[in-house]
Amino acid sequence: MRIELERRPDVSKLFSILSPFIALGLTLVFGGIMFMILGKDPLAALYSFFVEPLTEVWSLHELAIKAAPLILIAVGLSVCYCSNNWNIGAEGQFIMGAIAGSILPVVFYEWQSPLVLPLMMLLGMLGGALFAGIPAFLKAHLNTNEILTSLMLVYVAQLFLDWLVRGPWRNPGGMNFPETRTFDATAILPEMIASGRAHWGFAFAIIAAVLIWFMMRYTLKGFEITVLGQSERAGRFAGFSSRKMIWFSMLLSGALAGLAGIAEVSGAIQQLRPVISPGYGFTAIIVAFLGRLNPLGIVVAGLVLALTYLGGEAVQVSLQISDKPIRVFQGLLLFFVLSCDTLIHYKIRMMWYDLSDTASEGAR
Amino acid sequence: MPAEGEPANGLLLAVGQLTKLFGTFAACDGINLDIRPGEIHALLGENGAGKSTLVKMLFGVLAPTSGQIVWQGQPVRIASPSAARKLGIGMVFQHFSLFEALTVAENIALSMDPGVSLSRIAKEASDLSHAYGLPLDPNAHVADLSVGERQRIEIVRALLQNPKLIILDEPTSVLTPQEADRLFETLNKLKAEGRSVLYISHRLEEVQRICDRATVLRHGKVTGACDPRKETPSSLARMMVGSDVAHVTAEGTSAKGAVKLEARHLSASARTPFAVSLKNICLKVHAGEVLAIAGVAGNGQGELFDALSGEYPVASDDVILISGKPVGTRGINARRLMGAGFVPEERHGHAAVSALSLSDNLILARSQSDRRAFLGGGPLGLIRQDAVKMAAKRISAAMDVRKSGENPPAGSLSGGNLQKFIVGRELDRQPTVLIVNQPTWGVDAGAASRIRQALVDLAKSGSAVLVISQDLDEIFEVATEIAVISEGRLSDIYPASDLSREKIGLLMGGMYGKTETAETAHAH
Repeated sequence: MRIELERRPDVSKLFSILSPFIALGLTLVFGGIMFMILGKDPLAALYSFFVEPLTEVWSLHELAIKAAPLILIAVGLSVCYCSNNWNIGAEGQFIMGAIAGSILPVVFYEWQSPLVLPLMMLLGMLGGALFAGIPAFLKAHLNTNEILTSLMLVYVAQLFLDWLVRGPWRNPGGMNFPETRTFDATAILPEMIASGRAHWGFAFAIIAAVLIWFMMRYTLKGFEITVLGQSERAGRFAGFSSRKMIWFSMLLSGALAGLAGIAEVSGAIQQLRPVISPGYGFTAIIVAFLGRLNPLGIVVAGLVLALTYLGGEAVQVSLQISDKPIRVFQGLLLFFVLSCDTLIHYKIRMMWYDLSDTASEGAR
Repeated sequence: MPAEGEPANGLLLAVGQLTKLFGTFAACDGINLDIRPGEIHALLGENGAGKSTLVKMLFGVLAPTSGQIVWQGQPVRIASPSAARKLGIGMVFQHFSLFEALTVAENIALSMDPGVSLSRIAKEASDLSHAYGLPLDPNAHVADLSVGERQRIEIVRALLQNPKLIILDEPTSVLTPQEADRLFETLNKLKAEGRSVLYISHRLEEVQRICDRATVLRHGKVTGACDPRKETPSSLARMMVGSDVAHVTAEGTSAKGAVKLEARHLSASARTPFAVSLKNICLKVHAGEVLAIAGVAGNGQGELFDALSGEYPVASDDVILISGKPVGTRGINARRLMGAGFVPEERHGHAAVSALSLSDNLILARSQSDRRAFLGGGPLGLIRQDAVKMAAKRISAAMDVRKSGENPPAGSLSGGNLQKFIVGRELDRQPTVLIVNQPTWGVDAGAASRIRQALVDLAKSGSAVLVISQDLDEIFEVATEIAVISEGRLSDIYPASDLSREKIGLLMGGMYGKTETAETAHAH
């Protein structure tokens, strides 16, 4: 037997719009089943997972804090994915951005000036971009698979950060804890509004999303990205260079991931630690696809995924279960989003053959 | 033919009211067809008429929606290609399914039952191919073989199953006239043995030459069943197209102007192991001239287009000149800005992006050459959708592009209509040089004649046109000058009136006849 995906002759408009919601619904149903298997009341669990975090002002601030890096990274990744460059190393670029941006408050901590903060942000973007430049170079000039290289560099970045905070950058007055010194007040990204902790990182995310949306929708650059993503040959016919596009998309997404990194460190953590991200760089891949690679959709998707982080923390407290359900939820969501979208464009067909056919079939 | 109530009256295959629906679209709508033992039966029709769908149902690739297939008097359900082979139906597809890195025998073994030794297959294939006048070396690597030889592999592969019916899908579209003659001899041999052949083609002349009976399809329905020898080409064409096809007129294209496109000893090495390198190509196209480059597929046509268009610029500047200026190292947009236009062979994913709308596909080719009209906002490069959509509408009207909706995705258009748009996209700029690779490949007769006329008219208006084509009918319709490409080498350029099909066939086979006398005789 063989299972084939057959392209549907026409795609239902209604279901294209409904698809993310169906995926969300299915995730909730299967999430509920998971809670049931864990022996918890599924409705209560889902309530504290998805609704409770939205009922208090402070937790809305937390939502914005968690959503900011997800949106920033995912917007950059959407440009990569639209142009057929599969950067999955945003986690590493996030960390390298955080490290590069932290040079000023950690190494030059005595320099206090209003210039520090903007420079930190720029250094963060530069660090992320340069780190993304490694897989870009490898792909553009040595024809290396960027999925492998960008992923492997994540672990390089994580270990590099670990070494820094345990070694040269360890806080001299920090009782030997693996942390850098806490940032000076001039190096801390301020709150947006007085009612809570949410810092300017969220504003960066919204601005980036709108700018990238504008670029993709109205400019020749956006058109170039779309064309090269659909067909490299057609792009060449249009006079676009796929090699330059590798550099452009990787550097752009690296810079945004780096900005997310330094904004998170400067705004929320205020020092470097061995672990500064609960997997934002990987979760952002889900955000990018849940948002259909559309920057405005990504803003919504980022908020939804941020909610799973908050809800995950909430159920740990209220239901006394581990943090693993968050991962399962995110996995379920990605699975259902991708499969719903696939089934809108394709239908499943079973082919009942005996196996001896497949050789000649395959050769055709 | 009567579908029911007829006993096993010696028919090999009888198809009754066969229908295939894709959604609500009927690709085949109540088709009746019968094939007698020992006949060559033609299946005629334009692209999209339903020929491929019909034979795919006969070969078990697609399942019919309704209707019946009667094989030697027994109603059958053909569930898969192997079921078809077991019944005794063999098929040679238009697009070969061969692995280039494997040998002939290995490729054949792939379609046989496992457990037969390679050496036995090699011997059988070799014997069979010689017996039918299609000599093959079973140990040759497919990559080294010509297209005609590759087709032989497919035919031998089908014959090894000892079929009673062989289906051939557009077999001559890739052959030189001489190779085609050889194929016809083989078909006649098969016929003499009592085997039947279902011969799919849109070349009327061939069908008249070798086929005993013909069934004509249009829009999924049978529009005629006839003896092709009793018909005229125009009566057959009318059954295929439904109306008379406009004749292309090429008069008045003789006046020659300045050289607009020139290649001087152009060489380029192959980019991939299976590509062809260009060797010392020299050509000149004058204003008002249509130079057609004939040749069998895979002899460097694509590579020549890549070099001339600037998609893959060459190493030195002065081997390619547009309007007298050296452009060899410049990219495609620089050449467009000098007045050149380009139409590549492959529509989907090269000349156009299927998922994008027609207006977006217009920007694809003209974002730089029409920068002032289509882009605003200075360095931002904002696309002026209104201006682009207007231009796309103008092109669609000028070329009679039939489409669903105002600005549909390119992939939703039929091949002919999309090709009209792609050609129209360039004509709309009035290019001084137009380079077209396979202008009417896979395009229906109506659209093809429209496109050919447009090329001739462009040359008449004073542009230089270079047409790369495999289709000799097309070449004789549009060309004022003809050259032949073979293994990456270009023959001399001859006036179209001086060449016969036979001469072109010889040149295609690699007899360039590049002599001093010919060269001086043709010096302009």
